[in-house]
Amino acid sequence: MLQIKNLHAGVEDKDILKGINLEVKPGEIHAIMGPNGSGKSTLSSVIAGNENFEVTQGSVSFEGEDILKLGPDERAHKGVFLSFQYPVEIPGVSVTNFIKTAINETRKAKGLKDMPASEMLKMIKEKADLLEIDRKFLSRSLNEGFSGGEKKRNEIFQMAMLEPKLAILDETDSGLDIDALKIVANGVNKLKSKDNAVILITHYQRLLDYIIPDFVHVIIDGKIVKSGTKELAHELEEKGYDWIKEELV
Amino acid sequence: MSLKEKLVSSFLAFEDHLEEDSHVHEIRNKAIATFEEKGFPTKKEEDWKYTSLKPILNKDYSIFPKSEKAVEFKEVREYFLHDIDTYKIVFIDSVYSSFLSETTHDGLDVCLLSAAISKPKYKAIIETYFNKIASENSITSLNTAFAKEGAYINIPKNKEVDKPIEIINFSTGNEAAIMMQPRNLIIVGENAHVQIIERHQSLSSNAVFTNSVTEIFAEKRAYVDYYKIQNDRENASLIDSTSIKQERDSNCNVHTFSLGGKLTRNNLNFYQNGEHCDSTLKGVTILNEKQHVDHNTLVQHISPNCESHQDYKGLYADSSTGIFNGKIVVEKEAQKINAFQQNNNILIDDNATVNAKPQLEIFADDVKCSHGCTIGQFDKNALFYLRSRGIGKKESEALLMYAFANTVLETVKIPELKRRINKLIANKIGVNIGFDI
Repeated sequence: MLQIKNLHAGVEDKDILKGINLEVKPGEIHAIMGPNGSGKSTLSSVIAGNENFEVTQGSVSFEGEDILKLGPDERAHKGVFLSFQYPVEIPGVSVTNFIKTAINETRKAKGLKDMPASEMLKMIKEKADLLEIDRKFLSRSLNEGFSGGEKKRNEIFQMAMLEPKLAILDETDSGLDIDALKIVANGVNKLKSKDNAVILITHYQRLLDYIIPDFVHVIIDGKIVKSGTKELAHELEEKGYDWIKEELV
Repeated sequence: MSLKEKLVSSFLAFEDHLEEDSHVHEIRNKAIATFEEKGFPTKKEEDWKYTSLKPILNKDYSIFPKSEKAVEFKEVREYFLHDIDTYKIVFIDSVYSSFLSETTHDGLDVCLLSAAISKPKYKAIIETYFNKIASENSITSLNTAFAKEGAYINIPKNKEVDKPIEIINFSTGNEAAIMMQPRNLIIVGENAHVQIIERHQSLSSNAVFTNSVTEIFAEKRAYVDYYKIQNDRENASLIDSTSIKQERDSNCNVHTFSLGGKLTRNNLNFYQNGEHCDSTLKGVTILNEKQHVDHNTLVQHISPNCESHQDYKGLYADSSTGIFNGKIVVEKEAQKINAFQQNNNILIDDNATVNAKPQLEIFADDVKCSHGCTIGQFDKNALFYLRSRGIGKKESEALLMYAFANTVLETVKIPELKRRINKLIANKIGVNIGFDI
């Protein structure tokens, strides 16, 4: 599904990713862990098409197609979704109107007509229930005045509505209390199928107790330095990242 | 002959034709003298530093239209808020159109200034209110000199007007170039409520120069909601001067939507003449090509315990120009007032220009005054966020524009008007994002 080869990227003169290689197949869950500033969020931004980062080398292909030339909206149309670490506040645009616009713009790009209002409402209700989201919440301005937890839950709600093939969850666990974390994890697990894939970007092993990854990768200084299974996450939780750094030396 | 000479020389003939009481004659004569002495404002004047009238003064404007042109309702329907649910005062090439209007004298006066000036029963009102708060600068004096036609609205005490009042000035293009000088007088009685929408609309691409003056008096506890829709054609220019005098406990709101026209200058003056007045001045300006809009606001806090809120949002594309010159004066007696002014601008293209000039003159010592002014660009992260959800670049920018303008849009109290403005903005930006916000 996703193939990243020797990916180098950065901002202005600063290199952040220094040769990432990663392959994600349908049905898989990959966790990417690493210390602050190692390049985790940059990787997710680059996959989703953030134009603030410049790709200097390497390739990213999605379902066999080079997506580096595509804009973020076009990547979304192909089924790439990024749950933001810091979702942006958009005053005056309600969650419902926003998600309607996103869905219908994606449909438009695929040559489909707008989703009928009744179908949309039914879907909104269903997904809101799945994530235990209060209906009142949906008429509020997007992310405006939301708590950290509400913002993250709203991101997963959008994911549930957009039904992406590849979902990248960037630090979705930060800012969530344990109950909210369980709800979000439960939502992600229910949405998971053999046809879609998830990349979890996280600092902590905590989230991985609820969403069990097939693979765990460690990024340090812009490179994946170690890959393993979920046991690797436990090891990191216990020992920190220093032992890996030492191994590298 | 320059436009100034033409105007001055046609004044005598104009005055000769009018049969009115001497009071208005005197005002007119004084006003033409002021205009003759000062002429059209130039960039040398501080208040006109960023706006030159030169490009619009060099046309041979017809001042008094020679012939009338009939306009069918279906041709102009789109410019009305409702077919039936509004009062309407409509002028076509400066001439009142009884066919398109819906006026009333039933419990309130929604009619013509020409009638109010000429009929004896309005004499006392005209003497009390006419030209009492319009400023005495040259451009307003020019309008005063030729003041003859416009809207006259008088809402009696405790009257809550059942539907909005629309004042629309159409120009048909019947003349190669036309100059129009509508003059409106609006009196809102004690504890009366009214909503008014004003629009100037050219129906052709011929040159139009409108010099409009409006005086609004809000008596005690009156509530006035005034909306100006400025979305005119490419060769239509407008100088709008509106003065509002508020008595105690009154509440006046003016929203100005500037989306079109060649050159627009808005002079909006508020005088708070009693305690506990509340004034709101808001605007959304979205310009492209070479459009030019100059907002000049004045809030004069004369009495204590009053509030004023200004919120102007501007989005400038191509080589358009925007000016915000907002002045707040707090007089010595005006203690405990709360004056707030905000002006935020986004430059969409490198060639667009914004000049922002907040001015605060405070002579009282126990007041709260704040002002903020920003000029920036689209937030790249916000744009990425929206696009990552499958929303195209242009549509994402449009959403951010809506979000940016929302603090102004959210206080539009007529739902149909809000819907229309959303649509106008969507058209202006060239997107069809298909939802109401």
